[in-house]
Amino acid sequence: MSDTPVIRIQALSKVYRLGITEVRALRGIDLEVERGEFVAVMGASGSGKSTLMNILGCLDVPTAGTYDLDGERVNGLDRNARADIRNRKIGFVFQGFNLLGRTTAVENVELPLLYDRSGPKLQTRRLAIEALGRVGLSDRAHHQPSELSGGQQQRVAIARALVTRPALLLADEPTGNLDTRTSVEVMALFQELNDQGITIVLVTHERDIARYTRRIVELRDGHVMRDVAVAERANAAEDLRLLRLDGEEAS
Amino acid sequence: MRAVVLVKVALQSILKNTMRSLLTMLGIIIGVGAVIVMVAVGLGAQQRIQQQIENLGTNMIVLTAGATTQGGVSQGAQSFNRLTVANVDALRRESTLLTAISPVIVTGGHVQGGVGNWRTMVNGVAVDYATIRDWGTSSGSFFDATDVRVARKVVVIGATVAANLYPEQDPVGQEIQIRSVPFRIIGVLAAKGQTASGSDQDDVVLAPYTTVQTRLAGRQFIPQILASTASPSDIRGAMEEITSIMREQHRLAAWEDNDFTVRNQADLAEAAQSTTEVMTLLLAAIASISLLVGGIGIMNIMLVSVTERTREIGIRLAIGARGSDVMIQFLVESTVMSLVGGAIGTAAGFAGASVLGHFTGWNTAVSVPTVVLALAFSASVGIFFGFYPARRASTLDPIEALRYE
Ligand SMILES: Nc1ncnc2c1ncn2[C@@H]1O[C@H](COP(=O)(O)OP(=O)(O)OP(=O)(O)O)[C@@H](O)[C@H]1O
Ligand SMILES: [Mg+2]
Repeated sequence: MSDTPVIRIQALSKVYRLGITEVRALRGIDLEVERGEFVAVMGASGSGKSTLMNILGCLDVPTAGTYDLDGERVNGLDRNARADIRNRKIGFVFQGFNLLGRTTAVENVELPLLYDRSGPKLQTRRLAIEALGRVGLSDRAHHQPSELSGGQQQRVAIARALVTRPALLLADEPTGNLDTRTSVEVMALFQELNDQGITIVLVTHERDIARYTRRIVELRDGHVMRDVAVAERANAAEDLRLLRLDGEEAS
Repeated sequence: MRAVVLVKVALQSILKNTMRSLLTMLGIIIGVGAVIVMVAVGLGAQQRIQQQIENLGTNMIVLTAGATTQGGVSQGAQSFNRLTVANVDALRRESTLLTAISPVIVTGGHVQGGVGNWRTMVNGVAVDYATIRDWGTSSGSFFDATDVRVARKVVVIGATVAANLYPEQDPVGQEIQIRSVPFRIIGVLAAKGQTASGSDQDDVVLAPYTTVQTRLAGRQFIPQILASTASPSDIRGAMEEITSIMREQHRLAAWEDNDFTVRNQADLAEAAQSTTEVMTLLLAAIASISLLVGGIGIMNIMLVSVTERTREIGIRLAIGARGSDVMIQFLVESTVMSLVGGAIGTAAGFAGASVLGHFTGWNTAVSVPTVVLALAFSASVGIFFGFYPARRASTLDPIEALRYE
């Protein structure tokens, strides 16, 4: 079982129909992502990155092609089954954090567990606090999003994505709303999680961010144009340390 | 477990938006409050009428001369056989179910005594009258059989008469003149209050009918005979007895209609009762409209709320909530809000009814079934008017919802 890829898609295509015009967002994509990989999806605006992520995350269904997630055929599943898959196997991190307002960090992290149908989860609070610990926010558990910085909010969102122990972590431009320093912080967290064995696919526009991953898949007009391993993988924790030193020298 | 979680999620959402929740509830609060107050007023009126009818005397049967018209009113008595003392005696002799019987001869006039004059009703009755009307004395006593037999000039006066003529002293033992005929007051009747139609029952003087016949009325026929039975179940039988005895007394042939009318308290009560029932229903119906408007208010705010919370719904769907989870959350929210609104409205209704009762002097009665009904109704308003918004929320597309600004 462990050698089945987390993601296997074949001849995947997606066509949006807007009245009489058709937008072919994905035009036959083949992709395999093994357990423990850290993939950056890149490409120009409109190349189909978000469309691909939505399908990978079972938020959307492909027009054609097959998609196996963690050994399970998921294209063709109905709305409820996709909701359950999202709950059990996928953790989402969005560009805009997407935390519930007026809701504390720990309540936000707890949320996916409340919708878990696999059985009664008695210790949702404890699991949520644990997940917050993994992203280094134990001390902010009872803060509301409005009381947290962007980077902290994104870490809460990552904790929420982790709390169900998903097979796959998906992140669509997770650093898009963050400054360089905070972006590197978040990437350091992703690297740490990846080192612990978590499979991550993220979308980014920035080469600098993609350097922290292990593999880059580049899309153009709905095709995979390039699929290469990262030659010299940057170490975000190390960069962060250097950034801190720069900051100290400057001050 | 799952239901508990969804209810918890809904409750959190209500509590996190206190102002919005309160505004949503306001319509229901007013609606339920209005229903409770209106029904309280209606039921209060019904109870009051019921009391007044019971005040008239329980198990009372009224026999009047003249046939019944369709409206239940007897026609002028002149053209018919009149009721006489002989009829009263016959009824007393032959009936097995009647336990009390009394003629009522109604005259009016000035009475003089105590501090002055008073115009009132003077009724000639028998001793049984007190039993039939269930009417005791607050001072002195009712006249007895001997008083009636020998036509003594004694009277029992009503509380209103006593208050007007003898404000400072006990009238018992005093002399009172009725149309210049001197009578001795031997008792004061206990106060009974107003009738359903608003006339003062205590504005009356009762004298032995024999005395009234000889001294005051100067005529022998009797306009009305009152009777009563031991228990309400005897009333039907007693009325049949009266009818057959009276037909015999008046020597009516089989083909002739009755030339008298027998009615009982229940018949009178029914008419009054049905009038107030209609009134109560009408009031409740008008109040229900405000409850309906409250329900539409809930729907309106829930719809706005679904739009406003599109992103929240998107987040919930993205992390694995099913459409049905979202739907239940919104349904629970609207139901809880209208239930809580209903509870607050009930309390407000109670308060409103008692304040209204206090300032208008109306009887108000809040009944348990009304409260249960109002709460059940507000819960269903919540479910009914919450359904459409909840359904809208549950069918949102997660990607669209997440993109919503
Ligand atoms: N819901 C939709 N309906 C119609 N067309 C759509 C829809 N979503 C995306 N598209 C189209 O599909 C194509 C791919 O869009 P997509 O959002 O995947 O691009 P992207 O690579 O994520 O771009 P960006 O970097 O700007 O986020 C675009 O041409 C876009 O206009
Ligand atoms: Mg995109």
